Amino acid sequence: MPAGTLYRGREGMWSWVAHRVTGVLIFFFLFVHVLDTALVRVSPEAYDKVVATYKTPIVACLEYGLVAAILFHALNGLRIIAVDFWAKGPRYQKQMLWTVVGVWVVLMVGALYPVLGHAVRELFGS
Amino acid sequence: MSAETSSAAAIGEVEGASLYDTDHPAPLIEAPRKRTKKTPKSTRTNFELYGWMFMRLSGIVLVVLVLGHLLIQLVLDGGVSKIGFAFVAGRWASPFWQIWDLAMLWLAMLHGANGLRTVINDYAQRDNTRFWLKMLLYTATVFTVLLGTLVIFTFDPNMR
Ligand code: HEM
Ligand code: HEM
Repeated sequence: MPAGTLYRGREGMWSWVAHRVTGVLIFFFLFVHVLDTALVRVSPEAYDKVVATYKTPIVACLEYGLVAAILFHALNGLRIIAVDFWAKGPRYQKQMLWTVVGVWVVLMVGALYPVLGHAVRELFGS
Repeated sequence: MSAETSSAAAIGEVEGASLYDTDHPAPLIEAPRKRTKKTPKSTRTNFELYGWMFMRLSGIVLVVLVLGHLLIQLVLDGGVSKIGFAFVAGRWASPFWQIWDLAMLWLAMLHGANGLRTVINDYAQRDNTRFWLKMLLYTATVFTVLLGTLVIFTFDPNMR
């Protein structure tokens, strides 16, 4: 790590880094996503052909990653808002971060089957 | 001030006589950043404050819009497997989901673009690099928002 880029280096900094990285990732996804959805104006076949790649096991893993990024960015975004507007927010920011991580883990476990189930069935037969 | 300008003797031989006295006053130097007639009306705005508020307000709305979207597209009713032209036709037959997608498109793109503007300001140090990266960002954002809006409003379920 280059000198001067480690700001305190505790929960506050790492949650900021993760919030920034996930935000940028989601933006790039959204750009591509609007382009692929625009194929409904080209032809039904063109759209269905591209959406078929969304259903392959490898892309299913990317979708799981996207869900992970969005869930973290959304939950941590609510924490940032609480820190800014709730009088006791700054005092509880650390507890709120661990709450965010806890809720995130629960939701990610819950998303396992719906998002990756079809990929597992395809790979190992149903 | 007059003490400094009129009593040249106090400065000493090396400095010589003062150039200025009551008959030859020193030129007036304007205070830095003074508001004058030439200053544009609004050199300062609250743009960054509104941007900051927008990130928070749009964020709260996006929690509902985006997480709802993901639930519909990836979890309910067979997950991704059900998505196709016919599925989109069924959803955009309803004005409710058209408005939902439209709001999500505009809010997410503006929120994300404003966020990326901050990131560019933070890391691009040369003026030129910063300027062109932001121009690229704004161009891509306007293009994407317009394309997405056009697609929602001109979608034709019977095109084939
Ligand atoms: C892998 C996960 C995703 C899938 C499978 C998916 C699928 C779809 C589908 C099928 C549509 C067509 C219209 C509809 O059914 O409502 C659509 C539109 C849209 N989605 Fe997603 N989506 C995903 C993630 C996201 C995320 C994370 C965002 C926001 C950050 C997003 C934003 C949008 C927008 C703005 C539209 C409207 C596009 C337009 O105006 O042309 N989607 N999505
Ligand atoms: C799901 C609900 C969301 C919430 C609650 C949320 C909340 C926030 C908040 C509170 C900030 C901090 C702004 C600041 O520090 O001034 C932020 C930054 C950001 N968000 Fe979101 N956001 C959401 C969705 C999105 C989406 C869909 C995208 C991408 C299209 C996105 C991209 C970004 C980016 C790039 C930043 C800048 C990060 C930085 O400056 O470090 N966010 N978000």
